[in-house]
Amino acid sequence: MKSTQKTTRKFDSLILLAVFVGFWSLLNATYGSNAIASPVQAIERLVRLAVHGNLLGHMAETFSAYAYALVLAIIGGTLAGMLLGLHKMAGDVGEPILVSIYSLPKVTLYPVVLLIFGLGMSAKVAFGFLHGVLPIAIFTIGAIRQIPKIYLKASQTLQVPHQKYIRYVVVPATLPEYFSGVKIGVSLTLLGVLIGEMFGSQRGLGYLLMKGIELNDTSLMAAVALVLLTVAILIGVSLQRIDHHLRR
Amino acid sequence: MISRVAQLRWLVVGGCVLTLEVLCRTGIIAPQVVVAPSIMFSTLIEMILSGEVTTNFESTFYSALTAILISVMLGISGGLLLWRVSRLRRVLEPVLAAYYSVPVFVFYPILIALFGMNDMPIIMIGVLFGVVSMIVNALNGFDRIPLVYLKAAQTYKLSAWQVTYLIRIPAALPQMMTGFKLTVAYSFIGVIAAEFILSTSGLGYAIAYAYNNFETRAMYALMLLIMIVVSIINVCLMSIEKKLLTRRGVI
Repeated sequence: MKSTQKTTRKFDSLILLAVFVGFWSLLNATYGSNAIASPVQAIERLVRLAVHGNLLGHMAETFSAYAYALVLAIIGGTLAGMLLGLHKMAGDVGEPILVSIYSLPKVTLYPVVLLIFGLGMSAKVAFGFLHGVLPIAIFTIGAIRQIPKIYLKASQTLQVPHQKYIRYVVVPATLPEYFSGVKIGVSLTLLGVLIGEMFGSQRGLGYLLMKGIELNDTSLMAAVALVLLTVAILIGVSLQRIDHHLRR
Repeated sequence: MISRVAQLRWLVVGGCVLTLEVLCRTGIIAPQVVVAPSIMFSTLIEMILSGEVTTNFESTFYSALTAILISVMLGISGGLLLWRVSRLRRVLEPVLAAYYSVPVFVFYPILIALFGMNDMPIIMIGVLFGVVSMIVNALNGFDRIPLVYLKAAQTYKLSAWQVTYLIRIPAALPQMMTGFKLTVAYSFIGVIAAEFILSTSGLGYAIAYAYNNFETRAMYALMLLIMIVVSIINVCLMSIEKKLLTRRGVI
């Protein structure tokens, strides 16, 4: 039973891929290569970039910045969220402020980040962090707040020590909701790093993308977009796996 | 009557602004990096009075508003579709999960080819940013409809359309409101970011222009304007949400 489900899912994914490639080719056929490169052109360009251009170098640059930013965003967001979630007053005061900052277009803050951190790696990491930390903090606050009061009462009745209460009650009760925040954070951090590279950088996938946009080099754009889409889907699939596992 | 929490919140915000003001005035933060909040504010007033901001503001606002409308309509119908066709949903779930990591600006040249050189590509980037949170939250909302409602609908022999309009959408409304809040924020972010990177009009463009020409004061004044507008919209949406939840008896 389960294996047939798996085959249908694989089959469905293939159909989706075929529809995607078909739609892409159709756009290419309608608007021409000056507007959008064909899938074949994109893959050719990708191979050329990998062999002659420094594709791997650019990827390493982007993903190392991403790794730093992600670690910082997860640690910072979790700590801030726990702090504000566990103290009711601090949470009531702080949460709306966080939510307003979250809904600001952070691209416009880029000049400030550049002025403070200068060009290069640290600005990218800071920008990725800025995008990722807020959703993680906001969801952590929400996760801690929605723990039913009865859990706390039950553990008090059973005289569970504080550390065990955190370990065996708070963590399992908050994990699924907390992970929803981490999911958004993981996505937005990558977006932040890429946007960061689009302006203040000479290396990385974001830089390649910006170069493609500026020169209207559609095959370069499509090649980079292909890499990014693949990475995003890989990240999405693994996040979804963890999510299903946590919610079971 | 302002609650104690709100008072404290204003105190915290005021304290931050004051600290920044002092740091800037004493020269600990160089004026080339951040200008004092009072200067941001006075520059903003000057710019508003001189009418410098008006056209940019209008074009951004119009684009964002259109983007929000399209996102909401597409989002709700997309959510319904995915909820109905569970096979499609299973396939698309990983795409939705990591959607926000792809910079949608990649699609700008394609959007220009599709819609021409006008406001539409900018609006569509706003839609691309905003629509997914609406889809995801509409899906969540439909998932959480109590079975009793649907059974009642069966008892009353409602048609499929009636079930959708009279039961599903209203029952999913609180969850959709959460999605709507995010959609508003993301559409604004998308439009302003697209203007910042690609366009030749709007507030985002004005900020980029000021930055490129070292007009730090104007840049911060515009950022302040965006911050104020977004905060006002946020407060309005939050109060609407609260009313909605109170009426449902959730709070």
